[in-house]
Amino acid sequence: MIPLSWYLVAAAALFCIGLFGVLARRNAIAILMGVELMLNAVNINLLAFWRYQDPQQTAGPAFVAIVFVTAAAEVAVGLAIIISAYRRRSTVVAEEIDNLKG
Amino acid sequence: MQITPIQLTFMLAAVITLGSALMVVSARNILHAALWLVASLFGVAMLFALLQANFFAVVQVVVYIGAIAILVIFAVMLTRRVMQDSGPQVIRAWWLAAVLAAAVFAGLVVMLSSWRGFWNLPPTLANPDAPLVQLGLALVSPNAYVVPFEVSSVLLLAALIGAIYVAFQRK
Repeated sequence: MIPLSWYLVAAAALFCIGLFGVLARRNAIAILMGVELMLNAVNINLLAFWRYQDPQQTAGPAFVAIVFVTAAAEVAVGLAIIISAYRRRSTVVAEEIDNLKG
Repeated sequence: MQITPIQLTFMLAAVITLGSALMVVSARNILHAALWLVASLFGVAMLFALLQANFFAVVQVVVYIGAIAILVIFAVMLTRRVMQDSGPQVIRAWWLAAVLAAAVFAGLVVMLSSWRGFWNLPPTLANPDAPLVQLGLALVSPNAYVVPFEVSSVLLLAALIGAIYVAFQRK
């Protein structure tokens, strides 16, 4: 029997590793990979709570399905933006894409 | 203390997931980071299977690994020439990000451990096929989640059109 705490701590650790990736990496694609790790941590959390609190409910799995769809859409658009910015500025380093900087 | 096989499997899945995630955020070569992301997503699929969310374990492999991670590898290949793999891969204040991430983790664990349900054991699932049938019914039922379901399909269409338009190259 696995206590709920194991899943929650594993999901929290995955979330914080993704958070570090988003904050610390320079490459824009690496930042997106950190966001994907955070979304996966959220999915683990949702399914763990669903399984341990009330497996008869459908709110948990429905939420997870929507998170899957949203993550796919966000990655597609984000990578399209990065590729487009790369073609114009020849860089994928996030801090060098600074056209809007004052 | 006795460690059951299922606990051992969980520890293996957690080690794969978290170890690969650490490699994703610290790998020098961005393509290696993308491949470590694939390994981490496999670990997450294992965790889903342990939670008896078998549908989501398969969807994780097919959608996240088979589509999203492949898209990331495409993008890495298409933006290969500029960023050298030998320069700094993290910003100069990376230690601050590490401290912040560790603080968020500590805060989450402290807050969760004060909840009385933290050490819950799972209730038994009488019929393991029932959740999937219920989910399918809920996603198309007007009293349940048909609106988010249909809106998410419109979201995918919008993302598809948007991504094509943004990345389009006129010859």
